[in-house]
Amino acid sequence: MVDQSASIDIASLVKRHGATLAVDHVSLTVQRGEFFSLLGPSGAGKTSVLRMIAGFETPDEGTIRIDGRSMEAVPPNRRPVNLVFQSYALFPHMTVAQNVAFGPTMQGAPRADITSRVRLALDMVKLSSKEERLPSQLSGGEQQRVALARALVNRPSVLLLDEPLSALDQQLRQEMQVELKSIQARAACTFVCVTHHQEEALTMSDRVAVMHQGRVLQVGSPQDLYEAPGSAFVARFIGVSNELRGIVRRIDGERAIVHSPECVGEIQIVLPLHLAIQVGSPVTVLIRPERLRLSTAVQGLSGEQSLAASVDKVLYSGSDRRYLVRLGEHVVWNVRVPNDESGRHGLVPGDHLSVRWQISDAVVLSE
Amino acid sequence: MKQAGGWLWRLSLANLLFLYGPIALLILFSFNASRLSATWQGWTWQWYRALWVNQALLDATANSLWVAAVSTVLALFLGVGLAVGLDSLSGRRQRQIEQAMLLPLVIPEVMMGVSLLLFFVLLQIPLSLMTVMMGHALFNVPVVVIIVRARLKKLDPRLMEVAADLGATYWNTLRYVTIPLLRPAILGAGLMAFTISLDDFIVTYFTAGPGATTLPLKVYSMIKSGMSPEINALSALFVIVSMCLIGLSLLVQRR
Repeated sequence: MVDQSASIDIASLVKRHGATLAVDHVSLTVQRGEFFSLLGPSGAGKTSVLRMIAGFETPDEGTIRIDGRSMEAVPPNRRPVNLVFQSYALFPHMTVAQNVAFGPTMQGAPRADITSRVRLALDMVKLSSKEERLPSQLSGGEQQRVALARALVNRPSVLLLDEPLSALDQQLRQEMQVELKSIQARAACTFVCVTHHQEEALTMSDRVAVMHQGRVLQVGSPQDLYEAPGSAFVARFIGVSNELRGIVRRIDGERAIVHSPECVGEIQIVLPLHLAIQVGSPVTVLIRPERLRLSTAVQGLSGEQSLAASVDKVLYSGSDRRYLVRLGEHVVWNVRVPNDESGRHGLVPGDHLSVRWQISDAVVLSE
Repeated sequence: MKQAGGWLWRLSLANLLFLYGPIALLILFSFNASRLSATWQGWTWQWYRALWVNQALLDATANSLWVAAVSTVLALFLGVGLAVGLDSLSGRRQRQIEQAMLLPLVIPEVMMGVSLLLFFVLLQIPLSLMTVMMGHALFNVPVVVIIVRARLKKLDPRLMEVAADLGATYWNTLRYVTIPLLRPAILGAGLMAFTISLDDFIVTYFTAGPGATTLPLKVYSMIKSGMSPEINALSALFVIVSMCLIGLSLLVQRR
């Protein structure tokens, strides 16, 4: 069974480095035209997956299909993919135009065709004015664009990007995130991007696969991953998350009461349908910092849950304030309050208050 | 600390003097107007002029240049091929061959000369300029391999990967990426090999046939009939040319 709309179809891929499993039975399907990211900390195996798609490493088990064709025993130079390296790996002895022309030249394209394709590719990355420069005469951002043009000029079915923005400074990185996305739209090609930078993955991708220790933990849209993380690891890796561990005390219809030994009071949760939670089940409750509200009022709004807390630290970060509030001896939560007039900026460390949130905003994981 | 520094400075100065003093003296005395080498009698160019009209010397020079050129090309061809080819072997094999490559550099040259002579005699190859060229190529291959591999190891391996990724075959990657990037090392190794060949006496002595007299062999035979200011002049030229070539070799490698 081959999915016709799939650009890349990976089935139970395994790569061993010595005794350790660098890639542990990874299965993924990337749709045609999709911006797909492999996100994970270093050593998660994401680069190995990318290099196996490119053909630089051979899988120990499993199959890779690109456009429905098995890539087994197909060398890198015969695969319909191109890889943009983290370090760009531009040929230092060739000009920008020569670098970009390398692929079509190697494939034996006619000379006139090469010239027009090179121009088109350089236009796409907005570098037409620097054709005759050497890579060493370009800035980091420009080198990155050359690397992109050099790959895209081959009209690959899939473009693979290994940590594409990691060598750029913060400002440029944010510009390139937008730029990459629009280049992808113009090139109309599937992008598979490896990154350890969660913000980068969220802003650019249509879908993200979170990897950890060689396994894929969760695949989904950025919104899915942020709003409905399937595990504590995913929740912690994507954005900041506040956690509370507890035991289910009572179940009342679709709601349940959780008691946590870590703080004072009980909290109400919405029972997730896909988890088999019973009275006595240990659960972890996650709430994002921007979904929390700080209040000194005794009475909360309807549908709200509240816990008593005290302010530990106030961190001012321009667009918002971050409060570190203590709920128990070992529980400190992050609360993010937008820096508008409604924000409570009169709070100082030591103040007692309550942390409130909509019950439906809490994510519940079973342990 | 300061005192130790002063001492070291003096020590290295003495060292340099010991190394280059005799050479400086040789060059100085090549301008000596006296026929007797040991006394100074004023400046002259006459010994250099005498070299210029000495047909036997000019022939030997031509032989030397010819041998150096051919053996260098041969050594580059074999050495670059080996250096690049070693990359496709496993790490352990690579190291073994690299270490085996170092051996010819430490084997006493006399042994190498004798073994080459034996080899040529066994194969019934008559000694000539050809055999000298082969001998020189032999000891220059390790020189080329070592210099080229040092550069090769500094190249970003991703450049070769990216070439393959862009559709280049192994040979095209070599031709358009690897070799152009190795060019400074190849040029430097070539100049080094050329100089070593030009200066070589021992291997040449064992492998040269009748009439195949190179410059160092000629100098040696001239010394047998006593030191003369011409030899000083010739040696001075030799030293200067060699130093220039080595300097050039280091310069191109630094690029």
